Amino acid sequence: MQAVIELDNLTIRLGQRTVLKGLKGAFSGRSVGLLGPNGAGKTTLLHTLLGFHQPAAGTGRVFGYDIQSEIKKIRHLVGYMPENDSFIADMTGIRFVRMMAELSGLPPDLALERAHETLFYVGLGEARYRQLGTYSLGMKQMAKLAQAIVHGPRLLILDEPTNGLDPPARQRMISLIKDIRATGETALILSSHLLRDVEECCEEVMILKEGELVVYCNLEEERKANRKFLELEIIGDTQPFVEMAERLGCECAVHGTFRIKMVLPEQVQIRDLYVLAASKQIQIRKLNYKRDSLQDIFLKAMEGYRGSLQA
Amino acid sequence: MAVYKHNYQAYTGPLTTSSLRFLVLTRYAYQRIFSSRIFLALFLICFLPPLAAAVFIYFQHNARILQTLQIPIEELVPIDAAFFRVFLYIQSFLGFLLATLVGPGLVSPDLTNNALPLYLSRPLTKRDYALGKISVLLILLSLITWIPLSLLFIFEAKMSGLGWMWKNIRLEFAILAGSWLWMLVISLLAVALSAWVRWKPIAGALIFGVFIVGAGFGTLINTVLFTQWGTLFNIGALMEIAWKWFLQGEQAPGQLPLWAVFFGLLGFCAVCLMLLAKKLKAYEVVR
Repeated sequence: MQAVIELDNLTIRLGQRTVLKGLKGAFSGRSVGLLGPNGAGKTTLLHTLLGFHQPAAGTGRVFGYDIQSEIKKIRHLVGYMPENDSFIADMTGIRFVRMMAELSGLPPDLALERAHETLFYVGLGEARYRQLGTYSLGMKQMAKLAQAIVHGPRLLILDEPTNGLDPPARQRMISLIKDIRATGETALILSSHLLRDVEECCEEVMILKEGELVVYCNLEEERKANRKFLELEIIGDTQPFVEMAERLGCECAVHGTFRIKMVLPEQVQIRDLYVLAASKQIQIRKLNYKRDSLQDIFLKAMEGYRGSLQA
Repeated sequence: MAVYKHNYQAYTGPLTTSSLRFLVLTRYAYQRIFSSRIFLALFLICFLPPLAAAVFIYFQHNARILQTLQIPIEELVPIDAAFFRVFLYIQSFLGFLLATLVGPGLVSPDLTNNALPLYLSRPLTKRDYALGKISVLLILLSLITWIPLSLLFIFEAKMSGLGWMWKNIRLEFAILAGSWLWMLVISLLAVALSAWVRWKPIAGALIFGVFIVGAGFGTLINTVLFTQWGTLFNIGALMEIAWKWFLQGEQAPGQLPLWAVFFGLLGFCAVCLMLLAKKLKAYEVVR
């Protein structure tokens, strides 16, 4: 399977600051979530893939095309939805999307047809003859999505697509992204601060920290690989309970004052925990089986990815 | 796909030639420009002088009309280099007004609305973008400078015969070279200022300002330092010297050498291009 993105020691310097530090890897997922704290280099990476920044060292490829020497070919294949407001305020929605389609190479008549279809698809059909300046924030986000997909790109780059959206609008955006992903014709890169967006839309996740790639994983495989653990909420003295559980062979981590994460060895049953709790006059108020969520994966990455159960 | 089928579908149809795609920007700019009545009125006024010139040429070659109007032929202005120079001046001035009206609105709305990332994430380079915007003015100015003047030349050649045409063929080259030099100067200045000054009236005033302040500064240098080199700052004067040389092949004594005139004008164009290139970025990098 051809890699969508390949990074070969990609280094980006903006002024005196090295924003991306020798990123390496081949990413072939159909939908990749790009995560990282502010200033981690997510947007810089997206901009570099679009040819907005020149690498200080190394290079990258999108669908096998070099980001320095073949950027025009890459831009033929890519649709980009920027994070900030980007449009011409005194243009109508239909004119704006049509112009963007024509700039991507569609003939004028087909561009007009696609612009109509795309605006209906994103739910702006009724508002397509209104000026973009009069659109609400949610409508502007949809207009940005429309211009990014109007030419049917093979790679769709979405930078914070749910920024500033209310819950119904966010849900609509997420379902559109999922729908585009489901066609199998377009690969996605979604950069977001919202882990839930990435969890819902992406199969793979790439986590950047201080310009370095710290995690690249398949979310589903990661979830399966992670050990199932118990999350307990107790009332009583936590410490003796944890000590006794550890003597039974459990791996424990105290989380807050009364919360304990616990991995049970095969020979220990939940019944044993209740017996233990009763002997110490401790109440178990809540007990759930859990697996690591994306949030856990993200937090581990931020801590240095120690690979063991952390509180 | 019909509009009621709200499914996402990839595009698999034909694509336009990528080398001419910058003209999409030009076409969309025209749709906006021609919706202005002020522009439309000025644009139509620009065709009146060439129309009047065409009527004049026709009269000059029609003895019956001259007889009816009782105008002696020897009192009419001859159709020569001086005649075309006057019309080149008039059309260039009208072109300057058009550029002042249209130019400031070409790039500034894109920068104000942060639209450059959208343009530059498509198969469109910064050069294509700049070319698309400059072409708006180049095509518009062509329509009122070298095209009508060349038509006048052809009309006069038709009325006077091929002999006149071969004798004055220099005029046609002069019209083309003089018009294109002026168009380049004014278009690059207008687009560069549009990229730097986001408020349209100020950008329009600055186009006038570059000519007026430049002329004043140049005159000051010439007067204080007893030299002619201050003229390099006076774009209007440089253009006048160039036009005169193009049309009549002569230069007034005491003026700047021709190489300096062309160096000054091309240097001015280069500065405008540099200013434009500095602003045309998908994102400003905060250093």
